Order: sequence, then structure tokens, then C-alpha cells
Amino acid sequence: MRAVSRPLGLACLLLASNPSFADYQLNLKPGVTSFSQGAYDIHMIVMWICVVIGIIVYGAMTYSILNHRKSNHPNPAKFDDNTTVEILWTVIPVLILLGIAVPATKVLLAMEDTSNSDMSIKVTGYQWKWHYDYVGEDVSFFSNLSTPIEQIKNQAEKTENYLLEVDNKIVIPVNKKVRFLFTANDVIHAWWVPALGVKKDAIPGFINESWAEVPEPGIYRGQCAELCGANHGFMPIVLEAKSEADYVAWLDSKKAEKAAADASGDKTWTMEELMAHGETAYMTSCAACHQPGGEGIPNVFPGLKDSAIAIGDVSKHIDVVVNGVAGTGMQAFGPQLNDADLAAIITYERNAWGNNTGDMVQPSDIKSAR
Amino acid sequence: MNAVVEEHLNHDHKPTGIGRWLFSTNHKDIGSMYLWFAFTMFFIGGALALIIRAELFQPGMQIVEPEFFNQLTTLHGLIMVFGVIMPAFVGLANWQLPMMIGAPDMALPRMNNWSFWLLPAAFGLLIASLIMSIMGMGSAPNFGWTFYAPLSTTYGPDSTDYFIFSVHLMGISSVMGAINVIATIMNMRAPGMNYMKMPIFVWTWFITAYLLIAVMPVLAGAVTMMLTDRHFGTSFFDAAGGGDPVMFQHIFWFFGHPEVYIMILPAFGIISQIVPTFARKPLFGYSSMVYATASIAFLSFIVWAHHMFTTGMPVAGELFFMYSTMLIAVPTGVKVFNWISTMWKGSLTFETPMLFAIAFIFLFTMGGFTGLMLCIVPADFQYHDTYFVVAHFHYVLVTGAAFSIMAAVYYWLPKWTGNMYDEKLGKLHFWLTCISANVLFFPMHFVGLAGMPRRIPDYALQFAEFNQMASIGAFVFGFSQLIFLYVVIKCVRGGKKATNEVWEGAKGLEFELPSPAPFHSYTTPPQVK
Amino acid sequence: MKTVQSNQKETNNNQAGDTGLVIRKLLLLVAFMFGFGYALVPLYDVFCDVTGLNGKTGDKISFTKAPIVDESRVVRITFLASLNESMPWSFKPKQSFIEVHPGKPETIYYIAKNTSNKSMTGQAVPSVAPGLAAAYFQKTECFCFTEQELKPGEEKLMPVTFIVDSKLPEKMNELILSYTFFTSNKTNKKLTPSQKLSLNQDHKL
Repeated sequence: MRAVSRPLGLACLLLASNPSFADYQLNLKPGVTSFSQGAYDIHMIVMWICVVIGIIVYGAMTYSILNHRKSNHPNPAKFDDNTTVEILWTVIPVLILLGIAVPATKVLLAMEDTSNSDMSIKVTGYQWKWHYDYVGEDVSFFSNLSTPIEQIKNQAEKTENYLLEVDNKIVIPVNKKVRFLFTANDVIHAWWVPALGVKKDAIPGFINESWAEVPEPGIYRGQCAELCGANHGFMPIVLEAKSEADYVAWLDSKKAEKAAADASGDKTWTMEELMAHGETAYMTSCAACHQPGGEGIPNVFPGLKDSAIAIGDVSKHIDVVVNGVAGTGMQAFGPQLNDADLAAIITYERNAWGNNTGDMVQPSDIKSAR
Repeated sequence: MNAVVEEHLNHDHKPTGIGRWLFSTNHKDIGSMYLWFAFTMFFIGGALALIIRAELFQPGMQIVEPEFFNQLTTLHGLIMVFGVIMPAFVGLANWQLPMMIGAPDMALPRMNNWSFWLLPAAFGLLIASLIMSIMGMGSAPNFGWTFYAPLSTTYGPDSTDYFIFSVHLMGISSVMGAINVIATIMNMRAPGMNYMKMPIFVWTWFITAYLLIAVMPVLAGAVTMMLTDRHFGTSFFDAAGGGDPVMFQHIFWFFGHPEVYIMILPAFGIISQIVPTFARKPLFGYSSMVYATASIAFLSFIVWAHHMFTTGMPVAGELFFMYSTMLIAVPTGVKVFNWISTMWKGSLTFETPMLFAIAFIFLFTMGGFTGLMLCIVPADFQYHDTYFVVAHFHYVLVTGAAFSIMAAVYYWLPKWTGNMYDEKLGKLHFWLTCISANVLFFPMHFVGLAGMPRRIPDYALQFAEFNQMASIGAFVFGFSQLIFLYVVIKCVRGGKKATNEVWEGAKGLEFELPSPAPFHSYTTPPQVK
Repeated sequence: MKTVQSNQKETNNNQAGDTGLVIRKLLLLVAFMFGFGYALVPLYDVFCDVTGLNGKTGDKISFTKAPIVDESRVVRITFLASLNESMPWSFKPKQSFIEVHPGKPETIYYIAKNTSNKSMTGQAVPSVAPGLAAAYFQKTECFCFTEQELKPGEEKLMPVTFIVDSKLPEKMNELILSYTFFTSNKTNKKLTPSQKLSLNQDHKL
């Protein structure tokens, strides 16, 4: 008896001892798409079959442990085979497996049909962020973790969506078959949103596809699901399904944002503007590796505080940020950020943490460096 | 004990000094070295796990950097798979196979020695890379024990090359060991012991040895391809040169899946030896146990891509691998039913080996159930690369393989040392280990289903409570193994004298030898009826 | 099990010869499996070529006679462009999609520009989605067949001429053709380990 109920009993005890019982999610959720519902349904079928088989098998064992002990059953039987029983317990499992295989096959076949989609979004995994490119629209952007580093380092209270929040969500319209096209920029990543029931590897050099049709507006969160280096745990996905009208409005706002960002590259910025914008942009795009205080992580990511590059020649600094450093983890941020962001970040790096070079880098400097 | 045997024992000279161990050609000494090596690595790999679980005790980064966390998970996996489970089973094979078949030693005693000594060399390299990392000289391997390309090739740290060399050494050790096992079993059985009279542990090792010979060379090929991709201009896994990262996964898992059966078939053999002894009843369905083991081994070659359902395989491929994986449930189920039928209407007593064996049957079966759930493709899309998988494989490897090793050690220690171990402490070790293992691994099912990916050093708030539970279980589990260490050392040094038979229901050629078994046993083969 | 002393000599002689044979056979098996591991590489490629798994399109195709055009069917192909890592090129398709009849040759273009200040060679890698459609996507000309060298600032129009096989399954009417440009291994200079180390020591660059 102990051996059967022990793990479950213990789990129950531990669960019951905590007042916020409702937080403990024990099971998969059905989600909002036909994929996630299908996955949930087949999961439940197989799980219940396992439970029933478990009750029978564990029940038999427990019975034997209790009733066939030397103390109450001193004369052991001598049988060591029984052909009928052996045939039965070979054939019956095969039939049970067939009973599982049929619905499983049906669910899978329904999932793999990506034809007749209404729109496509190219999803690219980067170390360590996602990039979304709306095919046929001029909308594309990076999506970075937006949880402040102070929360991760336990210097600030963690908020509700800790590690599951981003600066730019991927947005889709409801009731449209959205096709996702996955690839990666560097190593293999995987894009997973449990509520959609979509998980697919993002492989550099190759395109994978999947789709989702979400029936109602909502926000759904997921994470990268393939080890991709140091910050694998820090590149979440936040997907928002909006009504048709809201989606169109959002697309327009994204286009307007891009136009404004491009335009900001033309004006001349003040030091205060550069530093303020630079600090925000630095925290989003640079602090994960170089740290908020610019100290880096010894022997992994170099520090920028008091560093030769941040204090020395400006054009060298711009080159490192815009073009990256081949063979190291320093990516080229030229393709990822616009002129204004880059100018602000570099200005910030040159003046924060006591670096105080007094240098200002304008977006036009970046433009000519490209 | 009769006079002949007593005299034999008095003249039972063993070599002395360090040479006895460095140059050993004795299967018992080599078996002991493998077992002590595995036990040491268990504590090292376990310590790494405790650092991991300490970091995962709460959300937030408290103890290590994410990059180092990846090194910890990688080394933990490599050490446990290649440094604990596999060497422990080889150690048990070395000790037991010759005695069980009535042979004086393994077929190739000198190669046996080399097989062992390659392992400290291999793991010295691997652990050195971790120590160098702690000292600030660059990262140890950080790409998971499954080392997918291009994370391990283009993006791998310099220590990756040490890792490759280390894997080659381990592979050579395993292959040589497997050749030794097959040659021994095929050629050195006592007269009268035909194949279908062999103890079932011998059968499972026989089949495991063939699996090793079939797949370790494929692993060697995969790491060699990694090496040439990194340094000699090839592009096996680099799309830029026409290669394919997914091909790495195919080649790796073609090795990787049989590898996990390599880690469980000997366990099946051990349980099949122990349960009949403590049920005082013969093993139910001996021949179907043999056929089931062989079927599992065969099927293990055609299921590998069930680790790759999210890579973008066509539906036909997904269906094939789903069906073939489901099939494995049949022979595995047969074995479980046979063990229970062995217990049925027996005369059961519950000494420590039997406790571990029963726990194995319960908990390995739990791992088997989650394995069945995992192979269902549409559901797997939600389970893959989450803690649900971590729960599954720890159930089959810890409460499965590791429990069977502990069972075997308790079962055969009196034969090896001549002393009974402390039964009270043994039982204490069992209960602490069994309960804490469940507290550690059962909650992982829940967080996996709730959406927690694997190989992450920090997690969202909703996963906190179960992670905390798991971490507590981990520390109790880890420290409980010190009891095991104490029991083993205490038993080696002394205890109640063991009889030849050791256990009331024990059968087998090893139980006709004195306890402790003489340094050279069955120098004259027995005739088996 | 009952045991009795047996004839030791007899068993020993048989053992020595048998063991040698067993070892030789097993070593052969080891060598065979090692070779099999390597054989998996071309086998995998053959398998992908035949089935189009992984969306890998094949090499250059040439037709001995013109294929039959299926006017009744329209297949829409969307073009995607990606750059690997930090490759300092701009790369985009000239047309974002095309609608074709299976069997009719079409030429489309991608535009690539080297925005760096060094001459660079790139290798484009194609990928088709759905993967199974790749077997029906036949290229007679493609910039992905060879490495492409661009001088600093140079912009080039890169053509692809292809035919969609009329045997493309009925359900597949929307295809994706994606190219990813990688820096060719010739240009790609990796830092030596000691160079990397010097970047990271003392927290300074």
C-alpha cells in the first residue's frame, strides 16, 4: 500500500500544506487552438489508460506484497510459466496501443496541414531574442526579454510575468489561419507557445512551418525550448491575439513607429536625449551580457566600464557595435538596431559608469559608418 | 566450509601493493575498481546536481551565472550516463559473469584492465575542464550531454575538443568491455550450461554487449565529424558548407536511443535475479524474458527520431517513429508482468535488495508510462524539452537503473566480502532514498506540463513551489547516499559472516562458492546438469 | 544446479581458438558500425534528395525535353531572405511572391549588397517549406549553386530559374522558398583561442 500511494500521498500532503493551492498547475491546459486542444485530448486519453493499467498492475503487486509474504504464505508455489496468460498480456497491450494510435494519428494529421493560410510571419531565433517579420507587410522587429535585470538578481521584487514579458509582442489577428515560418540566425532554437500548442525548432539555414488559428483575443506566453547558449532561459515569447480591427490598427502603429525611428536618425540629438535613450536601449539590448553596471561577466562577457574600447577611439567603438566581433559572442547590432538606437547606446557606454569621455555620437555618424 | 575449500582460501594469494590494482587481470578486482569508480563519480555528478537544484530552489539567479549553469547540466549528464550507470553495470558484469557461468575469469583479462583504466583518464579530462572553468580559464562543455550542432561545433568552447577526446576514450573502453563480455559468455560457459540455462543477468548483459558494439562506434563517428567540422574544414553539420544540423541529431540519436537501453537492460537482468530469490520461486517465463529483452534491443534501433519530433519531420516519419516506439511497451510490459508473476504466490521477504527491486518495478513502470505519453506525437509537442521529459528519464534512470545497481550491490556484497551488510542501515538508506527520489522527481511532471522548459537556470513564478519541493528532495536524496557509502565500507571491513548461499532462496553458480568468493574461482569449471 | 568436476583440458583448448574468432568478428562489426556512422551522411543526403525531407532542394537540374505546363493550376511561391549571424550584407528578394503554373520555367531575382568595407564571399543555402515540396522544386539556375563574391559596396542581382513539377501534390499550393546567406568559410576568419582569451581577461577590451 505504502509503495503505491507513497508518491501521490506525499505530493498531496505537500500541496495541501500550502495555502495558495490554486497556483499549482498540475496538468496540461487545453489552450485556445485546435492543436492545443488536440494535444490535450490525446494526453488525457493516454494518461487515463496509464492510470487504469497502473491501478491493475500496482494493485496486483500490492496484493502480492501483503498476502504472499513468507509469514502468511510460507509455501511458495512452483509455477514458472502459463502460456495462456502470457499470450493474453502480449495481445491485450497491442490492442490498447492500437486504440491509442488511431486517435493520435487523426490529431497529428489535422495538425500538419499548413495550406490555405491567411497570413505568414517569419520567426527567427537569435541568441537570445526573437525576430518577427510579417511577410508582405513592412513590419519587422525584435522581441527582447523586458524583465529588469534587478529582478533577476534579486535586487528588486519580481513582478507577475517575471521572465515571460517582452518589449515587442508578436501580434496576430483572431480567426485567421496564421502560418509561422521558423528559422534561426545562429544556433538551433525552438519557438513554443503552450496555449497555441505550437512548438517547432528554429534551425539556421532551414525553414520550418506551423500554424495557429486563435478564436478569441488574449495574451499567450511561451519560451524558447531548445538549449541555445547562456541565455536560453531568457528569451520568452509573448503573443497577443487581437480582433481584426485592432490588428490592423496595430500594424499601422508599427509602421508609424518605424517611420519615426528612421526619422529620428536625421535629427541632431542633445547629450541628455542620447543618454536617456541610450540607457533604455542599453538595458534592453546590451545589459544581459555586459550587465547594467557595465562590469560584464569575468571571462565570459567583457566589461565596458573603464574599457579601452569605450574610452578610446570612437570609430573603433562604433565598428565593434555595428559590425560585431567575428568569432566571439558579440553580434553585429547594425542590422538589429536603427541609427538612433546605436548612436544613443554608444554615447551612453562612453559616458556612463564613470567613463565620462564627453563624446556624443549622432545617428548620422552611425549612418556614415555603415 | 569443507577442508578443500579452506585450504584453497589459505593459499588464495593476491598480488600486493599498488601494482595489484594498476596491473590487475582479475575480474573481481577490476569489478571492484569499476564499482568504486562509479560510486565516486556518483558523488561528483550528484554534487553538480545539488548545485543545480540549489540554484533552482527559488526564482532568480542566486548562486551561479547562466553560462556556468549550462556547464553544470552538461557535466552532470555526461558523468551520470558515462561515468556512473555504465561503469557500474560493467563492474557488476565483471564480478558476476564469470562466477555465474562457472568460468575462472573474463576471456581477455588484460584488455579488461585497459578497459577500466581508460575511464579515469577520460573523466580526468572532463572534470579538468570543469575545474579550469571554475579557475577562469574558459568554459567547460556547456551544450548539454546531447551536444547538438551547431551549438557544440561552431559555437562550442575550446574545451569541446577535450570533450571529444574524452568521449573517444570512454567509447573505446565500452567497446573493449563489450567484446570481452561476448567472448566470455560465448566461449567460457561451464559444460552443460547451454544458452537457455544461463542466468538471466548473463543474458541481459550478452544482449547489452551487442548493443554497445553496434552503437558506440556511431557515437565515435559523430564526435569525429564534430572534430573535423571544428578544425579540419568539413561541413557535416554546418549549413554554410552544405551540411545539416538536423543530421547531427539523427546520427546522435541513432546512438543515443540504444544507449538508454544499454543503461536499462542489465537492470532488468538484476531484478530478474533478485525477485526469484526473495520470492523463493523460479523466475516466471524465463524464455519470454530472453525474447522480450532481445525484442527491446532490436526495436531500440528503429525509434531514434522520437527525440526529434519538433525538428520539422514529415508526417510519415513522425507516424513511423510513434508506432515503433509504442511497440516497445509490449515486451517491456511482458517483463513487468513476469516479475509480478514471480512474486505471485511466492514466499516473500523484504530484505534491502528486495526493497530496491520492488521499488524498481513500481517506479520504472511509472517512467514507462510517461515514456508512452511522450511518444504520442501531438502530445509530445507540448512535452518536448520540458521538465516532463526530465521527470521521465530520471524515473527510468534513477529509480530504474540506479536503484537496480543499489539492489545488486546489497544483493551480492556478502558474496564479495564474506560479510553481511548492516540490514537496519540498508533499510534506512532505502526508505530515505526512495521517498526523497519521489519528492525530487515527481513534481517535475507538474512543472513540465505547466510549461517549464528544461535546461534553464531561472524560471517564471508559477513554477516556484514545485521547484522548491524538488530541491528539498534532491538534498535529502544526495545526503542519503552517504549512508550507502557507510554501509558498503562497514561491510567490507567486517560484519556477520555470510554463508555460501547468502540468501535463503538464492540459486546460481555464484552461490555455490564460498563467501567471500576466492580470488580465483572456478579455475576448474563445474559440470552443470 | 548440480555441479561436478569436469575435464578441464578439453574446455581450455576449445576456448582459445573460439575466442580469437569471436574477437575478430566483433572487431569487424565495430569497424563496420564506425563506417556505418559515416555512411549515414551520404545516406541522409540521398534520402533527403529523394523525399525532400528538410526542404533541401537538389542540385542543378537540366531537362532533355520541355516539361508539360499545367495551365489549370496556380501555385503561389513566397520568397524569404535571411542572413546568418552578423553577415554585413543586405539581402532581399526582388519580388515578394510569384504565382506560377507547374511545368513552366520562371526566373526570379534576389538582390544582395555587401555593405562592409572588405571583399566577401557568401554561400546561399536554400530551404523550401513544406519540406516535402522540395522534391518538386527544380532549379535550372541558382545563385546558390556557387559561392558569390561581392566587393565592398557592390550590389548584385541574383537570379533563380526554376520549374515546379506538375506532380506537386494537390494540397500544396502555397510554397515558401527561403535563402540564408552564410559567410563562406573562406572569408570567415575565426579568432584563435588566445585572441579570444585576450578579449576577455581583466574585464577589459
